[in-house]
Amino acid sequence: MSLLMKLHFKMSQHTKQRIAFTILGLASAIVIVPVIVIFAILIQKGLPAINCQFLTAMPRMGMRAGGIFPAIMGTLYLVAGTIVVALPLGVLAAIYLVEYARQNFLTRMIEVAIVNLAGVPSVVYGLFGLGLFVIFLKLGVSIAAGSLTLAIMILPVIITSSKEALSSVPHSFREASLALGVSKWQTIRCVVLPNALPGILTGTILGISRAAGETAPILFTVAAFYLPRLPKSVFDQCMALPYHLYVLSTQVPNVKPALQYGTALVLVGMVFLLNFVAIVIRARIRSRKQW
Amino acid sequence: MRRLKELIIEKTILLNGFACIFFVVLIFFFLAKDGLALFRTISIRDFLFGQLWNPIAEPPQFGILPLFLGSFLVTLGATAISVPLGMACAIFIGEIAPRWMRELLKAGVELLAAIPSIVIGFVGMTMLGPMVKNIFHLPTGLTALTGSFALAFMAIPTIVSIMEDAISSVPRSYKEGSLALGATHWQTIYRVIIPAASSGIVAAIMLGIGRVIGETMAVMMLTGNASVMPRTILEPVRTMTATIAAEMGETVHGSEHYFALFALGLVLFAITFIINLIADAALHRKRK
Repeated sequence: MSLLMKLHFKMSQHTKQRIAFTILGLASAIVIVPVIVIFAILIQKGLPAINCQFLTAMPRMGMRAGGIFPAIMGTLYLVAGTIVVALPLGVLAAIYLVEYARQNFLTRMIEVAIVNLAGVPSVVYGLFGLGLFVIFLKLGVSIAAGSLTLAIMILPVIITSSKEALSSVPHSFREASLALGVSKWQTIRCVVLPNALPGILTGTILGISRAAGETAPILFTVAAFYLPRLPKSVFDQCMALPYHLYVLSTQVPNVKPALQYGTALVLVGMVFLLNFVAIVIRARIRSRKQW
Repeated sequence: MRRLKELIIEKTILLNGFACIFFVVLIFFFLAKDGLALFRTISIRDFLFGQLWNPIAEPPQFGILPLFLGSFLVTLGATAISVPLGMACAIFIGEIAPRWMRELLKAGVELLAAIPSIVIGFVGMTMLGPMVKNIFHLPTGLTALTGSFALAFMAIPTIVSIMEDAISSVPRSYKEGSLALGATHWQTIYRVIIPAASSGIVAAIMLGIGRVIGETMAVMMLTGNASVMPRTILEPVRTMTATIAAEMGETVHGSEHYFALFALGLVLFAITFIINLIADAALHRKRK
């Protein structure tokens, strides 16, 4: 009798497990399905709009016709400006944290600051950029102000991944170099950095893919509503893809859906291309790493 | 000479190390500089507990309570959706799924994280909005609930990746011990692994909430932007972030309205700061 009860108990535990695992699996499916749906919709409705003219022509008729060339170029300028500022700043900060910093209160404060910087809402970065770069430093609404704002926003991403890349370089590498009488900085420059480079690159690409897609930080710092020409210097305003999509979908009446979906698809395509490159680099490091 | 060069480089690196602290202080300073200027003309009490946000009225009203409640409602809805889903997904990826499915799911979650918020807002506006409208027979599909749905999917990648880290960093011996005592895999998961990973799970939830509160573009496009005191989740609301993004373009630099938006930014900064501190404390406790 008791054996039978035990058996029954065991059975029901297994049934419970099966039910639980099924629910967990279904929940995971619910998470993934929207990704596929969003893609399917964007490709189905956006792809017909994309052609050579769409990508290389200026917008016409109050953005209701023509292409999105200045928005694409604007986003490329912003991304370039962001890398120039964020990459050296982020990598040097990571080098400090991994190679020089001691485990003390100050280092802990830096880590807390990084976490908090990562959590600041994007629109607050926009306000900050407006207050500091546009008004206080008198850069005006410009590519310079927008790039600086975006650079500070992605700094935590670059620092975190660079830190990881640097600390994954084995200690023996550094010790071997130092034992040969090489100075600390030279060791970092010639031994540690080259080995950590792919990891740093991955983080940087993920960071700029975020910068390319963000709208809120550029709203007040760089984005031009409608500017059918290319900027001449870093102190000019420019159009940008995410803001252009926002304008097309909420600010301008009677825009053809194809134009909106086409813009969305180009933006997503650009962001995904960057992510894809990052993932490929990461996969290659993992497979090639011999230590 | 060489030593001098080395010294200069080291000092530069040192300086860069403190850049993050410097930027956090700088952000706070620039928000406070313009934000606190508002309180020369309006009392803090009226600002925090005023029930009317109408900057173009005569005299202008800057009560952020409706905006705060809007953010709160949307965040509550998004958390209620994203935490169970994210947790289930993290457990499934970390413990149950076979290898190929795990890689696939991880890639999917990473893709979800990579979609820009403006695109989520746009697709939500054209697809999700009409759906909500038809299902609940509402006059408009742009409600707090619509925003919650979209934001939930933006918070899920954060929740999944941090929770999955926490789950997979539970020592193997815990799991093996439990299985050796005759517990089923599922019993082991919810009696041993989840409690052992609890601080990481708390951190994941906090960071997910932080992501939702700070989200701007999608929420601005999806919640209908009505700055009234919200009563139900099926009505249009307006969040703090959307208010800043929507109104900053119209303000005059140095006006009361301009200061009020910076004060709103300061409130947001303070909220996310506290949330991140809690999350970081939880993660740090785990590491110890």
